[in-house]
Amino acid sequence: MFVSLNWLKNYIDIGSISPEELAEKITKTGIEVEGIEYVAEKSSNVVVGLVESCEKHPNADKLNLCQVNVGDEVLQIICGAPNIAKGQKVAVAKPGAVLPGNFKIKKAKLRGVESNGMICSLQELGIEEKFVPKEVADGIFVFPEDVEVGADALQLLNLDDAILELGLTPNRSDALSMLGVAYEVAAILDVPIHLPEEAVETGKEQAADYVEVKVDAPDLNPYYGAFVIKDIKVGPSPLWMRNYLIAAGIRPINNVVDITNYVLLEYGQPLHAFDFDDFGSKEIVVRRAEQDEKIITLDNQERSLTSDHLVITNGQTATALAGVMGGANSEVSDQTTTVLLEAAYFSPVAVRTASKDHGLRSESSTRFEKGVDPDRVKRAGKRACQLLSKYANGTVLSGVVEFDQLDKSEATVEIKRSNINARLGTEINNDEIADILRKLNFTYNQNDEAFTIQVPTRRQDITIFEDMVEEVARIYGYDNLPFTLPQGASQAGGLTNLQQLKRDVKHYFESAGLMETITYSLTTKERVDLIVSPEIKEQSVTPVELSMPMSEEHSTLRLSMLPEMLDSLSYNSARKQSNLAYYEVGTVFVSQQEKITKQPNELLRAAGALTGAWLAHPWQQEKKVVDFFLVKGIVEGLFTKLNITAEYKQANIEGMHPGRTAQIFTSGTPIGFIGQVHPKLQKAYDLADTYIFDIDLDYIFSIHQNEPNFIKIPRYPSVSRDIALVVDEDVLAGDVRSTIQSVGGDLVKEVGVFDVYQGEHLQQGKKSLAFNLLYLDPERTLKDEEVEASYKAILEAVKEAHQAELRG
Amino acid sequence: MKERLQELQQEALSKVEEAVTLADLQEIRVAYMGKKGPITEVLRGMGKLSKEERPVIGELANKVREAIADELDQKKAKLEDAELEKKLAEETIDVTLPGRPVQVGGPHLLTSIVEEIEDLFIGMGFEIREGPEVETDYYNFEALNLPKGHPARDMQDSFYITEDLLLRTHTSPVQARTMGEYNGSQPVKMICPGKVYRRDTDDATHSHQFTQVEGLYVDKDVRMSDLKGVLNRFAKQMFGEEREIRLRPSFFPFTEPSVEMDISCKVCNGNGCSVCKGTGWIEILGGGMVHPRVLEMAGYDPKVYNGFAFGMGPERIAMLKYGVDDIRHFYTNDIRFLKQYHKA
Repeated sequence: MFVSLNWLKNYIDIGSISPEELAEKITKTGIEVEGIEYVAEKSSNVVVGLVESCEKHPNADKLNLCQVNVGDEVLQIICGAPNIAKGQKVAVAKPGAVLPGNFKIKKAKLRGVESNGMICSLQELGIEEKFVPKEVADGIFVFPEDVEVGADALQLLNLDDAILELGLTPNRSDALSMLGVAYEVAAILDVPIHLPEEAVETGKEQAADYVEVKVDAPDLNPYYGAFVIKDIKVGPSPLWMRNYLIAAGIRPINNVVDITNYVLLEYGQPLHAFDFDDFGSKEIVVRRAEQDEKIITLDNQERSLTSDHLVITNGQTATALAGVMGGANSEVSDQTTTVLLEAAYFSPVAVRTASKDHGLRSESSTRFEKGVDPDRVKRAGKRACQLLSKYANGTVLSGVVEFDQLDKSEATVEIKRSNINARLGTEINNDEIADILRKLNFTYNQNDEAFTIQVPTRRQDITIFEDMVEEVARIYGYDNLPFTLPQGASQAGGLTNLQQLKRDVKHYFESAGLMETITYSLTTKERVDLIVSPEIKEQSVTPVELSMPMSEEHSTLRLSMLPEMLDSLSYNSARKQSNLAYYEVGTVFVSQQEKITKQPNELLRAAGALTGAWLAHPWQQEKKVVDFFLVKGIVEGLFTKLNITAEYKQANIEGMHPGRTAQIFTSGTPIGFIGQVHPKLQKAYDLADTYIFDIDLDYIFSIHQNEPNFIKIPRYPSVSRDIALVVDEDVLAGDVRSTIQSVGGDLVKEVGVFDVYQGEHLQQGKKSLAFNLLYLDPERTLKDEEVEASYKAILEAVKEAHQAELRG
Repeated sequence: MKERLQELQQEALSKVEEAVTLADLQEIRVAYMGKKGPITEVLRGMGKLSKEERPVIGELANKVREAIADELDQKKAKLEDAELEKKLAEETIDVTLPGRPVQVGGPHLLTSIVEEIEDLFIGMGFEIREGPEVETDYYNFEALNLPKGHPARDMQDSFYITEDLLLRTHTSPVQARTMGEYNGSQPVKMICPGKVYRRDTDDATHSHQFTQVEGLYVDKDVRMSDLKGVLNRFAKQMFGEEREIRLRPSFFPFTEPSVEMDISCKVCNGNGCSVCKGTGWIEILGGGMVHPRVLEMAGYDPKVYNGFAFGMGPERIAMLKYGVDDIRHFYTNDIRFLKQYHKA
């Protein structure tokens, strides 16, 4: 909403407060002033001039040589506007004048003839092209005849105005009108308000003799009032009205249309003027549209309607889409002499549906959508009649033809001083509350500390106690509320175990050298199942898709963080950042339904992706490139930290290198995977060898033991034994290790792999695996014979299970 | 004999003096102190001496031995020190060469901000709650006093999955869920950080996915001044003790009265600059007193309980605090961006 301060001054006296100070006060009281515009802030020295003569320029066809009387002198000015003529009163920028854009006017010679100033168009004076009336859009502006020669043209055009741009929250639709803003500012400045004149002398004829009103859908149209105004002379509206409309962002058209727009802005009540003679009948019927009924609206678009839309008809054809736009068939034109004026209350839902369905948002529809003030519907019609009588030569017929089932009752809200203070933490007294209500222009009854308030219908947003708390608080001033801290019993805040674990996991990855990323949860339909951990794939029936995505890029909820993470790697590597170690902790979305009706499971997982160099220390000739075992080490470290025993099994997972991928289990339950991205996929993402992991945090958190049990520090020495075995090359180290562990039993505390060899000293197809065994009994010193016996049993077992021979 | 011993002492000491290596010293030690050395030899001839002379010469011989041994030890220590110094000098390295790098990881800036907010409210006795990102229409809208057809639903155009399921547009549904869980019978004091989604085209200031931290305190006798006090404490801890706050009336369907909170601009100290558009204030968060309808729907009697709620955007806070100029940086995961903020 654009508020011209000059216009506002018609209703309230704002005194000498500066626009900036006023804006600050309005903002702090509840309506944000988003900007202040000064149309002609830097303009000066533009006056009204009378064109005394206008002749062709001797040396130029398209230029005119004018003698212009500006009051104290006559200036010779050359003007190129096509509409210039003798006898016009025009805006003259005198030599020394400054126009918007810091354009300085100087004496000049044009084609050999002196020109002492410039005759201006509205655009040159700083008015936006789209608000300039069409008849003067291509030329200079011409003042009405009654303006005084030599007067300040900027003032006459209201260009000395300051315009406040209000950012209205949905509840404050009362401020979508100048009167509403006036009430607000009156409350802030504590000044009285002067309402506009509505009384008009009517003709002898009765409007009821001209028209009948019938409403078939009272739920959508509880009030319809029709006024008839005869003897209309269509022409330009008065200059002041045109100025105000331009300031509010509406282009002036003619007096009839301008008056309806002016009242719309003044009262917040949209009106519609039909040409009575073109209306087509003497009967107004308001009804729901028929299915596929057609109407051609003012913008010459044919629109197809449904029964959700409300139409104004002449009994047969639709003449307006109620509250949204009039029909072309009954539009007011220059020939109009009798106007049928509509002042109605259309239900917010009906107007919102129509405006949404037809993509038509207008000054009218936005107001109806929010609900107009029931008290102002008829009054706005009267105000328009008064203006049509005064500025369009109209004769207003007696009476208004109306259908009226509108609820105009005022809400009653009761407040008590003590309750207000308890809610706000203040110590406001009765008088202060009474004073606030008086400033707001609310009527009330006071009984000691109890106030029974009649809320004016313009404030539809106030219905309950809490609404009044806000009213009192904002006029009292949010700045004046004290600072306190909650007085309720205090509780210990803190993280839950799971929240703490999540933080621990993040810190672990970071200390291991990984950088946290946050990727989008929405991915593409194609990428969603690029690489999915087997246990997720098992559960997911259909990926969860948006019903109306904004773009393909973000259309489907992820099953894994990896596709988007690979995308991030790719993004970086395209920018020559190719050594990357990323992780993310986040949720994936798994639906077990074919057609989704329930919320999907949101599963917490940790994913990571590493590529490029891990360690580069060139001057010592050290370089380590990311590989499977580096990433496995990081994952193993996490499990160690969380006290999880994990097993790794070779696995085939789509999108992964078939020989370098392992699925991870703990006690038989799958909890994720680790491995190298398939080289084809690496190529598609333009990445070097990339290793990734994806781990189920929900499950491992669920089996995590929070309080570790104390294990005694051993007091007896351990015994270390090495064992080197020759096995077939396809025997897995993990399997041999498991055999050793199971045979070794409790005595063998650790089994480490310290060498893997394959080559010239061994038979082809064979490899050597060397293990280090750590024997320990925490209760006593081990005897050599015991260790020896265990060692022999292990040798027997690995021979049996893996055909392993002791390496000679 | 006496002269001979003194002579030997003289001789040995001057040799020690001249010695340059530990080997030289060893040679001297063997030569003079050994069993075949000259002092022993002198002592062997003591039999020829008189009873009176014997102890005198014996004592002298021991003194000579001691003197030589002392000198040898001192010289040895000196030579050893010199040798060590030489060795250390040879071991000198160029300490200005770069060290072997250790991979340093770190949190995402948004995580740092969210955890900072969490810790700050934990300190004020709040718990942390979480909720689903795919929400029902009921929890996302209706339970928050946004019935179907409510104009404020326009304010947050949403990503629907079905007619009833959508990606949550704010973390406020967690309020309703938590209150529902507590069943109208106990105070609620919680914040809930999380991801939220809106139908916005990604640009420098909009992102279809972003982060929100919502706070809720419900109890008997909660005052709006408590909201002001808590937010003031938050603002000062988050942005610095010298920051001021101000509350302005605003509108949210789930609070009444509603507020927007500004903090005084850090760049110009409240005097007005381009960052705060000349106002001296920067908008940080929204909040208000919980709407009685919201309490009622969650099973709290608004005549007994009331409360306050607030919501803020960590992206916006990060942008203001660190001058990040484009919201997309938070989701592009450009390593050059991430590295700037990893405070491990």
